[in-house]
Amino acid sequence: MVDTIVFLVAAAICLTGAVGVILARNPVHSALMLVMTLFGIAVQFVSQEAHFLAAVQVIVYAGAIVVLFLFVIMLLGVDTAQNLEIGILPAQKWAALCFGVGSLALTGYIIMAVDNPVTGRTGLSGAIDDTANVRLLARSLFSNYVYAFELTSLLLVIAVIGAVVLARKPAKELPDEAGR
Amino acid sequence: MIVTTSWYLVLGALLFIIGGVGLLVRRNPLIMLMCVELMLNGINLSFVAFSTALGDIGGQTVVFFVLVVAAAEVVVGLGLIVAILRRAPGSTADDLSVLKG
Repeated sequence: MVDTIVFLVAAAICLTGAVGVILARNPVHSALMLVMTLFGIAVQFVSQEAHFLAAVQVIVYAGAIVVLFLFVIMLLGVDTAQNLEIGILPAQKWAALCFGVGSLALTGYIIMAVDNPVTGRTGLSGAIDDTANVRLLARSLFSNYVYAFELTSLLLVIAVIGAVVLARKPAKELPDEAGR
Repeated sequence: MIVTTSWYLVLGALLFIIGGVGLLVRRNPLIMLMCVELMLNGINLSFVAFSTALGDIGGQTVVFFVLVVAAAEVVVGLGLIVAILRRAPGSTADDLSVLKG
């Protein structure tokens, strides 16, 4: 019973935030609505006993990514209300409608058609037992997926260098900036 | 009522759909990136739901990698947006059609 209530409250928070992200006219409101959704997802992770991912979700997503969004919004000064209709292509509106209605219909059909989505066959990579969640995840990460884990560090370095190169002002514009 | 795996999958699907519709409807590049984050979160929820249902930690490992890739994607994406909007303030995604050369 408690599980059901937790799920429903967290799901309502998630969906409210998600709808708020695409309906808010002010980008700052969208970013704050995104935080709401991410917290709802973190609650869902906790109720599924993915404790490490719930913590990382709050720290990385809500703590770092959304703050980065807010920094950029403030840096560019685009925190003004915007008309939702500006420049929208007519075909795109219909594409969005078709995508939304089609995907919802497909989801509904799958719910009706499929009795149980889980086959019950457990995977080979690592069974979840009574061991702590963090320990299980670490064992999987540093044994079966250690190569991918090392590659992510390379990816992050590339991302950092790319962001620095992209965000830096070109050298020829620097005198103008100094003259201001 | 017992919370089954289907409930989590439906919630993940709904988040994915909302993110996809937002990606098509909104013209502000910042909001479009946020919609991509919504879609990624919907998928993450499905991964964790299957991980719990099947008793396999692999699903949660994948979510960990998705988090890393999402962080890298946001950093580079925001760098691009800053570079573009510094040159052409107030431009939307439609205005970037000048990039086609």
